Amino acid sequence: MTKGPTTLSGLPVQPVYGPEDVAGLNLDETPGEFPYTRGIHRDMYRGRLWTMRQFSGFGTPEETNRRYQYLLAQGQTGLSVAFDLPTLMGYDADQPESLGEVGKCGVSIGSLEDMETLFRGIPLERVTVSMTINSPAAIVWAMYLAVAEQQGVDWRQISGTIQNDILKEYIAQKEYIYPPHSSMRLVTDTIEFATRQVPRFNPISISGYHIREAGSTAVQELAFTLRDGIEYAEWAVARGLPIDTFAGRLSFFFNAHNDFFEEIAKYRAARRMWALIMRDRFGARDERSLKLRFHTQTAGCSLTWQQPYNNVVRTAIQALAAVLGGTQSLHTNSLDEAYALPSEHAATLALRTQQVIAYESGVTAVPDPLGGSFFLERLTAEVEEAANGYIRRIDDMGGMIPAIEAGFPQREIAQASFEYQQAIETGELKIAGVNAFKVENEEPIELLAIDESAAGHQVAKLAALRRRRDSTRVSAALDALRRAAGGTENTMPFILEAVRAYATVGEITAALRDVFGTYTEKSIL
Amino acid sequence: MDQIRVLVAKPGLDGHDRGAKVIARALRDAGMEVIYTGLRQTPEMIVNAALQEDVRVIGLSILSGAHNAIVPRVMELLREKQMTDVAVIVGGIIPDEDARELKKQGVAAVFQPGASLEEIVRSVRSSVKQPA
Repeated sequence: MTKGPTTLSGLPVQPVYGPEDVAGLNLDETPGEFPYTRGIHRDMYRGRLWTMRQFSGFGTPEETNRRYQYLLAQGQTGLSVAFDLPTLMGYDADQPESLGEVGKCGVSIGSLEDMETLFRGIPLERVTVSMTINSPAAIVWAMYLAVAEQQGVDWRQISGTIQNDILKEYIAQKEYIYPPHSSMRLVTDTIEFATRQVPRFNPISISGYHIREAGSTAVQELAFTLRDGIEYAEWAVARGLPIDTFAGRLSFFFNAHNDFFEEIAKYRAARRMWALIMRDRFGARDERSLKLRFHTQTAGCSLTWQQPYNNVVRTAIQALAAVLGGTQSLHTNSLDEAYALPSEHAATLALRTQQVIAYESGVTAVPDPLGGSFFLERLTAEVEEAANGYIRRIDDMGGMIPAIEAGFPQREIAQASFEYQQAIETGELKIAGVNAFKVENEEPIELLAIDESAAGHQVAKLAALRRRRDSTRVSAALDALRRAAGGTENTMPFILEAVRAYATVGEITAALRDVFGTYTEKSIL
Repeated sequence: MDQIRVLVAKPGLDGHDRGAKVIARALRDAGMEVIYTGLRQTPEMIVNAALQEDVRVIGLSILSGAHNAIVPRVMELLREKQMTDVAVIVGGIIPDEDARELKKQGVAAVFQPGASLEEIVRSVRSSVKQPA
């Protein structure tokens, strides 16, 4: 969807494109070959389809486990866990901060017991799981590893992802707890632990999705994400990990917004940029380090309250852009998500959207089928150039942490989101049902209702857990964790011990907070 | 006419501040004095800030589904502190039936996704109550 004669990011769009627009570009690229603009595999979806990985979670672990069994039976090929706000912020269901929030935005996880319930009947050596968790990522990952252990599954066999991308929290999603340097230490601990002990797992999903949802342009989304990636790689190298030992497990996560060709250009530019960054900036040599692998989610912020069935169409077009852009994994939003978490019916239709694209549209037969398009190749080059401009500016500021402390990405995002809203207000950007083609008195749709009983259920479970467990073991584990956090040891083994002792998310978070302190942002409007 | 003072607040754990920030800026552009509380405010913190900043309107932005726990608590605190001349406007993911209930509890207006900045600015202006 273009704003007048520009893309959504403001890149100019000419009335027509021809050979002269690509004359200066190197189009002699092959899918599966450096710098991977056209895809990271020679055969792409002919060899293997993207993973259909629908983000899901609500209420209690019992309810969410049932939804996971349902989605797997409907053909979903990987799991993706949505946690509730208390879990995301490191609070237990019985803490005052959790009032009204338990189970509302995702599943409530208080301890290892809840993770056991969440994955009951789901064989972790066969099902890959992505967990959208950031500040408490190490804690929740430790719980996941403990469940795998209980299932008798070797950690070297399991695969999945933890989002664990703290930099974008300061920039956009705002689910930070501790200050930046301590948070980066925790992330680096998980990357190191994964490299040594859980080598098929992706210990981070470097994300642009949330940056875009906060209102950034596609160019900013791309630039800030890759620059975050550079920061994580630098910290891991400083920890003593050679680049090729971990870079192959850095994964990425992008948004699929409305401007169809700009999004495809963005994914292609991302692959080319990252391959060059890894080779030239970090000296990476292993092919796996050079290949940018990503998950995509269709744009939540594009969904409307008005005429929600229009969202099915938006999601389908956005999903198609992600597929034509070569994504490895995809989540498609449900039509009712401007209102609530997805109903079972809406969640099924969202999955079917991917299945129709995969099996009925024919687009999977050829990698990068739009490669060579005058418009797309020109746009890819322009998105790349604009994003590189931002990366240089952040380099000049001394890196992403100084840039965040100076408020730079936050200010760019606030400005872009205001301009976007202005375009809607003036009607320059038309959105069907919202400021164009409106309908009075719409039929209400059926929505998922989260039972308030989830909170009571979780609180009762925590009380029973605290009575049952070995509280001496818990205290000792938390003390040991505090000591390790205050030093330079990798915190993961200590978090694992606390988790196995059934310390809660809130207790472990508080122990780390005792050492690291908390972060308060300076708000930028 | 005095500048209208407005407190824009993010109660609860929800960190999604895009809407709150865009609205705060629009209200400023419309000539109002806006104080933005930042994230993760409790009802107590919000009402105290409203008192200290002597605002006429409190805008609450809640997308997390926690509005039925948070908003009544804010209304209760305003009553306790005899600040019922401060208008409360709520925006976010609020289902129609919850919106009706909140208005019964004294909330001046509830805005759902797709509301225009113009409507919101007008609503804030017209919600200002004359001091008792």
